[in-house]
Amino acid sequence: MWRDAALMAGKDLRIEARSRVATNQIAPFGVLVLVLFAFALDPDRGVLQRAAPGLFWVAVLFASLLAVQRSFAVESADSARDGLRLSGLDPAGIFLGKAGAVALQLLALELLLGVFVVLLYDADVHRAVIVMATAAAATVGLAAAGVVYGMLAAGLRVRETLLPLLLLPVVAPVLLAATRATEAALDITPVSDAWPWVRLLSVFAVIYTTFGVLAFETLLEEA
Amino acid sequence: MAPAVRFRAAVALLGRFPALAGVDLDVDPGEVVLVQGANGAGKTSLLRACAGLLPVAQGEAHVLGHDLRTGRGRRDVRRHIGLLGHAGFLYDDLTVEDNVRFAVKAAGLPDPHAATGRALERLGLHTRLRTVAVGRLSTGQRRRTALAVVLAKAPELWLLDEPHAGLDAESRDTVDAIVKDAAAAGAAVVLASHEIDRATALAHRTLVMAGGHVHEQDRVHVA
Repeated sequence: MWRDAALMAGKDLRIEARSRVATNQIAPFGVLVLVLFAFALDPDRGVLQRAAPGLFWVAVLFASLLAVQRSFAVESADSARDGLRLSGLDPAGIFLGKAGAVALQLLALELLLGVFVVLLYDADVHRAVIVMATAAAATVGLAAAGVVYGMLAAGLRVRETLLPLLLLPVVAPVLLAATRATEAALDITPVSDAWPWVRLLSVFAVIYTTFGVLAFETLLEEA
Repeated sequence: MAPAVRFRAAVALLGRFPALAGVDLDVDPGEVVLVQGANGAGKTSLLRACAGLLPVAQGEAHVLGHDLRTGRGRRDVRRHIGLLGHAGFLYDDLTVEDNVRFAVKAAGLPDPHAATGRALERLGLHTRLRTVAVGRLSTGQRRRTALAVVLAKAPELWLLDEPHAGLDAESRDTVDAIVKDAAAAGAAVVLASHEIDRATALAHRTLVMAGGHVHEQDRVHVA
């Protein structure tokens, strides 16, 4: 399973490196969302600073939708999904590989957007450990849930419009928990508030990763 | 010797439409079987059912000793099957070599580098073409790449849907030679083609399909 996951992740990351969709479209989209929020709230810098964690994670969430859609768009062209089914790869390995590739792209995106949040929103990170733990748990959860629902929508003609409708309500707890934990990291709320939210993010990540490993074969066959 | 393919009264549904309406079929190792029929006769559905991509709802369906009525059977057999469909199952952003190597590694074959090199050379793709992204290839070059994927996997069952389509005369001859070599090496080949003369010369036996049934079976003598 792990060998197949590494092979799959390597393939997806190589495709992204060659096509540069992540760097030329998804990352600029995330930055654009942050800039538009800054335009909208600029008259009151206090509001922008206090809202920075939520705006950051909303931008990540929107960008993650694009990353997941892209991850499955490459499998739709030329019926590559049938090729995957014929490949003999372990479906759990396919899931872990796709989720891993999406997660790595999201982590790079979060790093970039984090820099823009500090520059544009005057955000001040006081607890880097909390930020890293939050980012790690939230990213795994977003990637795992995204790949599960991406596969669910992959066989449908309306997949591009259906995926946000399916995924956004499901990842609402990630948005809430990641925002609250990041608020604590930025000293907007007490530090002690952070860890219960990080634990919630971790539970979400474990649930969706486990579900994906167990259910991906069925999803792949039925898509 | 057990047949590579054994279908008895096999029924496969596309939605509620019976794409295969009770097919009986035996294909022995080393045998080349040509499937003919008008558009919509069920040729592609038969190949997809043999590959485990179209579930058999009723009847008996065994391929390489695996029961295709079970999910486990379909999954286990696919590693040993090479399907050249209407689509090539290729990734446009990967190079010719990357596509072939990914398939070989996914199949778990030893020495994927050598297997990839041999297949590319056989299909005339070992020149600068091997480093070109598949999305930039002509139709014929894509078709040769898709065939290189099948060849590199060295499957025990070859399922070829219109393998000569879009190819020049030299490449068509190469396809014929590859099919003969595969059969000589003991692989079973099921071939659907509208190129009657060329395909008949390759085949040991011809099936004619109509309305999801095998309408007639003729033995053909290979010169």
